[in-house]
Amino acid sequence: MDNRLIEIFIDSFSKILIPGLTVTIPLTVISFSLALIIATAVALLQFADIRGLKQVARFYIWVIRGTPLLVQLFVVFFGLPSLGIVIDPFPAAVLVFSINEGAYCAETIRAALESVPRGQMEAGECVGMSYLQIIRRIILPQALRTAFPTLCNSLIAMVKDTSLAANITVTEMLMVTERIVARTYEPLLLYLEVGLIYLIFCTVLTKLQKMGERKLNAQFTGSRQA
Amino acid sequence: MAHMLEIKNLKKRFDDLEVIRDLSLNVDKGDVTAILGPSGSGKTTLLRCINFLEKADAGSMLFDGKLYEFGKVSKRESAAFRRKTGFVFQNYNLFANKTALQNITEGLIIARRMPKEQAEDIAMKALSKVGLSDRSSYYPSQLSGGQQQRVAIARAMATDPEIIMFDEPTSALDPELTGEVLSVMRDLASEGMTMLVVTHEMGFARNVSNKVVFMEHGIIVESGSSREMFEMPKEERTREFLRDSLKGEI
Repeated sequence: MDNRLIEIFIDSFSKILIPGLTVTIPLTVISFSLALIIATAVALLQFADIRGLKQVARFYIWVIRGTPLLVQLFVVFFGLPSLGIVIDPFPAAVLVFSINEGAYCAETIRAALESVPRGQMEAGECVGMSYLQIIRRIILPQALRTAFPTLCNSLIAMVKDTSLAANITVTEMLMVTERIVARTYEPLLLYLEVGLIYLIFCTVLTKLQKMGERKLNAQFTGSRQA
Repeated sequence: MAHMLEIKNLKKRFDDLEVIRDLSLNVDKGDVTAILGPSGSGKTTLLRCINFLEKADAGSMLFDGKLYEFGKVSKRESAAFRRKTGFVFQNYNLFANKTALQNITEGLIIARRMPKEQAEDIAMKALSKVGLSDRSSYYPSQLSGGQQQRVAIARAMATDPEIIMFDEPTSALDPELTGEVLSVMRDLASEGMTMLVVTHEMGFARNVSNKVVFMEHGIIVESGSSREMFEMPKEERTREFLRDSLKGEI
């Protein structure tokens, strides 16, 4: 391999990694946290079968899941300004990613809530707990354990989806890579390089998922399992 | 003296199926009442209606000086009723994310706002009563069915209820594990706890309970003291049922 390529690789590594650490990761962490809040609320609205609000929840999920993420980014960033609503690239990306991911995670959490045996709710009622107490202390913790692997899936997917934010001028890893490609004419090397950095991020997340699962399982079976 | 629990004209239907047809039942303090009957006779539904886990269509219940109209019981009323009663399920329904101890303290700390230490003290006493004080930190998945059911009984009695309802408490257990649960129930009965027990355990109905109710097709066919019911049942249908059930015992 010639020296020039090695030099470009090493030189660009930190240049791509830095927006990864300062943009991709914060964008993912903030958006996913908000998505989880939205998802839990939307899932509970359906689970509790609150008339009216349940239809709103279904409508939200229907629209968001039925339209492309890229289109949603364009609508918010390029479309809304014509209504006088101008949002900066990063907040616009956070807004779209959290609303988008919220719809998918809501379905994950709803399914997990429904998988908790009915008897758990009844037992809570029989010891005198209120509906909200049972949801918060008995049903949700059990549902989250079930939902955890699937939610981690969504999180890992979202790390990579943030590359779409390049389209609305967020200077994340892919956009920085494209700039270096334009300068050096080495698309193969550089796109593989950015792919490698995404892979590193996701590998870390996969490890974290394993640790999290172990911790959650310990919560249900104790540490001194025979 | 007034009865502790007085159920009048309870009716419940699931769509086209009339599960309970105009049923009345009284329970006195200290009574251990066994509810017997073939499957599908409405025994479990009766118990679930009493505790408002199922919404009955009509009828009323007098308990602890309070009248409950089955058709229109508010959440507040049913919660008040449940705080004074205990319920043991066929499949235990222990909280899967809580240890044996936490399963018992949950209702005390969260629903009754009891200080943690006091609740844990009560829970440990309840666990030792059912012979499981050494399992307090175990999760339900680490306990056998019999142990889970004993924890469930400890959970039901820890709240110092006026009455505990048992919905086929041994039906999900292997024969070798039913004994440990029945002996805990026998101890509870001998302490004077009022119990309403849906069961298929003829030995329990005969030897532990003092009253027996025989149900079929959503009505009480016959009821009386367990001695009367087992030795000289009046109804032909009761005789037939007891004869067939007892055949299995030998």
